Formats: sequence, C-alpha cells, structure tokens
Amino acid sequence: MDPLGAIDRPNSYIGRSVPRPNARRLVEGRGQFTDDLPSPPRTVHVAFLRSPYAHARILGIDLDAARALPGVVLVATGADIATVCSPWVGVLTHFAGLKSAPQHPLAIDRAVWLGEPIVAVVAATRALAEDAIDLIRIDYEELPAVTDIDAALAPGAPVIHSALGDNLAFQLRLENGAVDDAFAAAHAVVEDEFVFNRHTAVTLEARTILADYDASENRLTVHQSTQTPYQMQDVYARHFSIPEANVRVVARDIGGSFGMKLHVYGDEMATVALSIMLRRPVKFVADRLESFVADIHTRAHRVRARMAVAADGTITAMAVDDTTGIGPYSAYPRTSAVEGNQAVRLMGGPYAHRAYRGTLKVVFQNKAMMSQYRAVGHPIACAVTESLVDRAAAAVGIDAIEMRRRNLLTDDVYPYTSPTGYVFERLSHHQCLDALERACDYASLRREQQTLREQGVFRGIGLAVFIEITSPGPAFYGVGGAHITAQDGCVMQLDPSGAVRVQVSVTEQGQGTEAIMAQIAASAVGVPMEHVRVVTGDTETTPYGGATWASRGAAIGGEAVLITGRVLRQQLLDLAAAILQAQPETLDIADGLIVDATDGRERLSVAELARIAHFRPDTLPPGVQPQLAAARNHVPRGQAFAFTNGIQASHVEVDIETGFVRLLGHWVVEDCGRLINPLLVDEQIRGGVVQGIGGALFEECIYSPEGQLLNATLADYLVPMAGEMPDIHVSHVTTPTLHSQLGAKGAGEAGTAGAAAAVLNAVNDALAPLGARLTEIPLTPQRILTALGQIQRQSQ
Amino acid sequence: MASEAVTITLSVNGEVTTQAVEPRTHLADLLRMRLGLTGTHLGCEHGVCGACTVFVDGATARACLVLAVQADGAVVETIEGLTDAADPTLAALQGAFVARNALQCGFCTPGLLATAVEFLREVTTPSRADIRERISGNYCRCTGYHAIVDAIEDAAARLAGRGPT
Repeated sequence: MDPLGAIDRPNSYIGRSVPRPNARRLVEGRGQFTDDLPSPPRTVHVAFLRSPYAHARILGIDLDAARALPGVVLVATGADIATVCSPWVGVLTHFAGLKSAPQHPLAIDRAVWLGEPIVAVVAATRALAEDAIDLIRIDYEELPAVTDIDAALAPGAPVIHSALGDNLAFQLRLENGAVDDAFAAAHAVVEDEFVFNRHTAVTLEARTILADYDASENRLTVHQSTQTPYQMQDVYARHFSIPEANVRVVARDIGGSFGMKLHVYGDEMATVALSIMLRRPVKFVADRLESFVADIHTRAHRVRARMAVAADGTITAMAVDDTTGIGPYSAYPRTSAVEGNQAVRLMGGPYAHRAYRGTLKVVFQNKAMMSQYRAVGHPIACAVTESLVDRAAAAVGIDAIEMRRRNLLTDDVYPYTSPTGYVFERLSHHQCLDALERACDYASLRREQQTLREQGVFRGIGLAVFIEITSPGPAFYGVGGAHITAQDGCVMQLDPSGAVRVQVSVTEQGQGTEAIMAQIAASAVGVPMEHVRVVTGDTETTPYGGATWASRGAAIGGEAVLITGRVLRQQLLDLAAAILQAQPETLDIADGLIVDATDGRERLSVAELARIAHFRPDTLPPGVQPQLAAARNHVPRGQAFAFTNGIQASHVEVDIETGFVRLLGHWVVEDCGRLINPLLVDEQIRGGVVQGIGGALFEECIYSPEGQLLNATLADYLVPMAGEMPDIHVSHVTTPTLHSQLGAKGAGEAGTAGAAAAVLNAVNDALAPLGARLTEIPLTPQRILTALGQIQRQSQ
Repeated sequence: MASEAVTITLSVNGEVTTQAVEPRTHLADLLRMRLGLTGTHLGCEHGVCGACTVFVDGATARACLVLAVQADGAVVETIEGLTDAADPTLAALQGAFVARNALQCGFCTPGLLATAVEFLREVTTPSRADIRERISGNYCRCTGYHAIVDAIEDAAARLAGRGPT
C-alpha cells in the first residue's frame, strides 16, 4: 500500500493547483490587517522619539512641553517603561560563547543605534503624539560610533557594551579534512573577497501592534502583525510577569513578514508596557521611516574565500572567513548568530569535497540590529560558493554546467553528512541540473551569447546550485533554551452540518497556509475542500505550535493536520459502522460520503452522520459515544532539518556604457519534496527569487561612517519593480522525505537562496571578455562601471 | 501641528459625505479612519509603493498624496465601492487574481487592482511588457510579479471576449 493511503487517491487534493479560499476577501479589500481592525473603546496611539545619533549619551530629557499638549495621555521614558518590562538578552546556550547585553524597550541613558526608541508619547491620535514629540528636548552627548566591522574589532576600538569586554559577539571555527594539504596540492586556487551589503525586509505592511491590558482580570490581549503568536505569548508572559494563560496574541492578516516579524522589538514591547501602565488599549503602527531604522536588517557579510581545484576540475577544498556586523545587540529571542552560523555551514554544501574550513566572527556595531530574514545565511553561502565554482571552472577551462556536473554530490551517497555536520537525507542535484539545462536551453543561450559578443552585446548566463534548510527540529532553538517550539498542533472537529473545522498552529502570511491545510484535511478525512474551515493565528483558539517560519508550515503543520485528519476519519468510520451495523474496515469516506469500501456505493452522507451524532444520539446503538473531535501534534524527530535543493539560472544583458543590468530570464528547478499545491509553490518560489534579485541589484541600507542611514525612504531605497523583473520559469523535481507520512519539505527559502548568486554569476559571465569582475552586491551601475574602469573607484 | 478643522463634502463610493478634517489629514486616513474603508492600505505614505491607489474623479491617485481638503467636491472610488458596484473590469481582474494566485499577503492588492482597472479600461490587448511597465508603480514584496502579469493578461483576454489564454 502506498504510504500516503487515503490521501493519494484520485479525489485527493494533494498536488492539485487549487486557488486559496482566503484570496477572495483580499481582492475585495476585506483584509483584516492589524491596523484595519476596529479599535476597542478608549484606544490611544503611541509614537516614539528615536535617537538621531548612532551612539550618544542621554544627558537630560525635557518632557514638560510635550506633557502639557492637549490630547497627550502619557509621556514615558526608558526608565518608566522598565518598571513594568524586564530586559532581555539575545543569547542561546547552543551558540557557545555568544554574548549580548541586556536590552530594554526604550534606551536608558545611552542610545546605541540611529532609530533606537528613547521616549514614548501616547495621545488621542498618532498625529497628536507626533506633535508632542516635536516638543521634547533631549540633551545628547554624541559618542564615537563603531560602524565598520574591522574597526569594531581593532585594538583600542570603543566598546559598545563595556561589560562585554569587546565588540566580538560570537565566533565559530569549523574544520574537516586536510584543508591546508589540499590547497598545497591544488592545480589551481581561486580566491576572492565578497561584500554583501545590508538590506531589509520592507514588508509593505509595517509592524503593527494593538495591546489591550485588562487589569480586572490581569489579562493581556495583543493583536499583532507577527508570524509567531505563541512565541510572543511566551515573551509577553515572561517579561511582563503575567501568567501565560492570561496572554492572548492574535495575528489576523499579515502584510508580509519574511522572517522580519518574529523578532522582539523595543517599540512593540513598549506599546504593551504602556497598555499595562494605562490599563487601556494602545496602538502602534510603524511608519516607513521607522521601519527602515528599527526593523531588523540582514545580510551584512564580508567573506574571504578560497577554493582548490585539481587539473581535471575536481574541487578538493574550500576555506572561508566570514565577518558579519549585527548592530548593537543580538536579536531576541532567536539571536543574531544564526545567520552567520548557517552561512558558514552551508558553504560548499552541494559539492563532494571533504576538506573545508570555515571561520565566523559576529560583530557588534552602531547600526540597526541585524538578524534572521528569509533564507537565513543561504544567499551568502550560495553566492560565495557558486562564484568560486565559476572561477575554478575558468581556471581549468571547463564549462560552468560541466564543472557542476563533475563536482555535485552524486545520487549514491545518501544519507550524507556534510563536512560541516549537516545530514542530507536525499538530494536531487543531478536531476535538477539536467532539468535546468533543458529548461533554459543552455546550449542555445551559450551560442547566442557568442554571436552577440561579436556585435558588442554582452550577455551572461549564471548558474547557482543551492541547498535549503527547512523544517527545523528542536535542535534549532529549543536545545539552546529558547521557548520556541518545534512542534505544531492540530484540533479537528466535525461540525453538526458535516463541515470539518481545522484549528492549527501554523500561521498564514500569504504563503497559502490555510489553503494547504484545507487540502490536507479534506484529503485525510475524505470530504470536499469547501467543507473544510481552517482557523489560524490566535493563541486562544488554536493549539500551541511553532507557527510559520524556516519553511516549516507545510512540512510540520501539514503533517500534524494529516495525522489528526486520519484520527478523525477513523472516528467517523467507527460511528458510521455502528449506525450501519457494519465493520469499519468495510467502509470508506470519499467526497463527503460514507461509502462501501469495495464498490464505492453510497451508504450515508457525512452531513447525515454529523446530524445524527449531534442531535439524535438516542438513535445510536446502546453504549455508543460519538467522538467528533481529534487532536494531534507533530514534531520532526528523525532529522535535525529537512534539507532541500535546487538550481537557478539567470540570463542577463549588461549595458557597458551605463552599467545597467537587464534581466532577460530566470529559471528555477527545485525539489521541495511532496508538492501540495504547485500554483502556490511556484509563485512563492518566484517571490523568493525577486527578493534575492533585490539583494543582487538594488537593495542596500547605505550608512555614513558616523552611522547615519542615508536612504531610509522608499524613494531612495530601491526594491524590485514589475518592469525590471523577468518572467521566472519554475519546475520541480520531487523527492519526498521519508521522515513523515506527508513527505513535504519546505519551499519558502529556495528562491531567495540562489537568486543573487545566479545574477552575480550572470553579470560576471557577461563581463568576462572585458576582464571585469564584481564581488560586491548589490551590483549597482556605479559598481559595474567601476569594475569596467569606466569610472574611478570611490573612497567609500 | 494641529490646526482648525475644515469642512469638506465629497462622494465616496456613490455616497455623499460631509466631514470636518484637519488640513494635514490625507485622503487615505480619511477613508480608513473616518469612513472605515480599510481596503485602502498605507505602505509608505510618500507616494512610492502604490498600496493606497484609489480613483479620484475617475483617475487613479495616491490617496496618501492627496490631502482630504483637496478632495472637497471630488468623486472617490475605492476597492470596496468598485467591488460592490460590480465594476466589470475589476470583477474580471479579481477572478483572475484568485485563479492565478496573483497575491500572497494581499496588502498591495487593492492598489494594484486599481492601477490594473485603469489600465484595462484604456488598453485591451496589452503585452506582458506593457503590463509590467504599467504596474511598476505598485510594489509587491511577496509575489514575483509573474502571476500578477499572468492574471492581468487573463483578465484582458476575458474582457475582450477571448477567454483566458
């Protein structure tokens, strides 16, 4: 029997491109984003005065004029907020040696980054609160800002947190095999320094929170634009000393998150504190400027990397040295060490060499905090590795695709433990490579490239093989002491109408979580998808779970729904058997009907079964107790992560006069295990690709040496627009994991993991005949023209 | 700073309303906070992202760049009004957006639909490049834009009686 059993039948929804049931209300403007919700009575609004300096001592604060403004309810400093909110420290024990300093919601005595909140003003309206902020006078003593990562580590550098001794938050060294010997024996060694500039998530819906504390019951209700309601419930309970059972966190529609909306932010914690202090609802909506200076940033890395290659093209060793700047604190509760840790562990991951050395330094600096964002560490590892693979191929005179074919892990090695300790259950590199070569018609692109070069047109083709970390188990956070669960829960019940109600802990930010859970539930129970109602995003009405991040929703939440659905299905079959005086195993459920298992003849509808169970149990045989609800949990136990893989290709044309890059096409072949809804997966992959392209070509948080963020508006910070993006062709190879019944792995990071590397390689391929090469992204026209020698290198 | 309210009268989704607003209040805040029309979203409040795009006197406008007092006497249409009025162009686009999964979080979607409605009222057979060009003033951070282009292409075909391609 197929391991999927009932869900792999012809009427299964698994693998079908069905539209999302919750899309209709969004296209009609009936979304329920947090700022759209009706405000409870007595709601007031908070705005924050933020530090105009990257590093400054606060000598005095004059609040009198602000407090006197009509409509102002409360003006609170960091010290005031600290009376109700305990500080946090962004460390976890499994990152040995990771250090950070206690962080309060608002700065006390000293501000350590431009944009750190210092004073909160609560008023009848947001506009009034901002008026009052203009009346606050703060006396600052500007302190030396540490912004450059090398300067931060230099002897005698100003130490941001003196109690920590230095600005080195964390370091790591990994080594496997005889690395130095391999480099000494190499036919060729290629070496580069790569710079990845900071960018940020730019969710179109900014962070939003509405906190409502009811002192009469010591009860806190928080509506919040967050990916992780249960994690936030725990955070609020512990830092505000409220019993966890009295804290409710509700996340209705989320206007983009991408890993940005699962960190603890001082302004949001202050909003909760103010609600407790005022005993009334307080709302905070970040504006776009606040989002740029206060959301986490990402991907600030400088990587020096080398690769050794034999004369036949065999890669024999790789060594990398990654330094990453994380701002003044390690983020809470997940830390800012995960990004660098994953970057150095994923380097070289797709390839068969065993000799590897990776070192990592995680550095404090006076810039906005940096932490997890979509495809944590992946784009760094992929760009460094794939760029060096192209250089190694050139060094031995082998075509880029052939170079990968010779070096990728072969199909016979699995399960495989990488030199950095990752265990790959089964990857499909060679199938993906072959599929990609066909999808983009690689040979034709190469021929066209050659022809056009002779006409002075410079096109390039860039490849990027990637590995994606999905579905993390308890080893990811829980073992380090974080209250971040790796399990997900599902409660499923049969309503009197025969509808199936699914309450599940994974959350929806547009990936299609609710659609996918409905597909799985409908398939597992045997009812039409229209009869399934999915409830997510509320700690009061859904079971506890990790929610949606790290590409875990479909794989872990989906498995929880599948096994719960099977339990409910069996309960319904048992009840139907009692009514029909038959054996349960002779019956089946299909399309909402109880049928004979052998010939499919209808015996009873599920709706009729539900009616009898709820309203006429007196008609049941003696002693029968209808069981109409089931609950199950699932946590990955067999492996630390479910690794997936894929490959991308980018086709570009570079205008060597202007330095502009035109994207002509982009292809992705990826393997996320069992595909539940290709329509949703394809566009999620494409969205990831576009975010990766943003990092490759446009997105950069530009800081001055003093730590001023120079482009904190959406007019100055560039994000990809439709007109600049190519069609993105997605196809799939399917290697289900055998560690679950569903077989799904994750897909959320795949697009972002490899896109920047593919574009970087494509641009360098285009420029190769001109002797120019870039190793810093984003690949701005200025950087391209500088590499071409058209303009002088600037000092910055 | 706050200053004295100004009384304005405008038509919103076919209903005439009179409101006293501060001169600094922009149209999007009026729609959202006074009239409960929360389908108009604010993404940047400086006219770049396009999430607040609505119709003012029959043409699209950024509701964050129009002061409410400037809309005195204007005819304003939002996603809610166009939906309830069963605007045929919008209806075709909405159906195609759902069928093609041309939205993820849905925050940019009402603004994108407004831009696309205006576009398809003018252009019946747009190329993919035309579509990409026209919607470049509406940012989407979730999709890869590809499905949005697919959906607008499909809606155009349906409106022209050609059926989805």
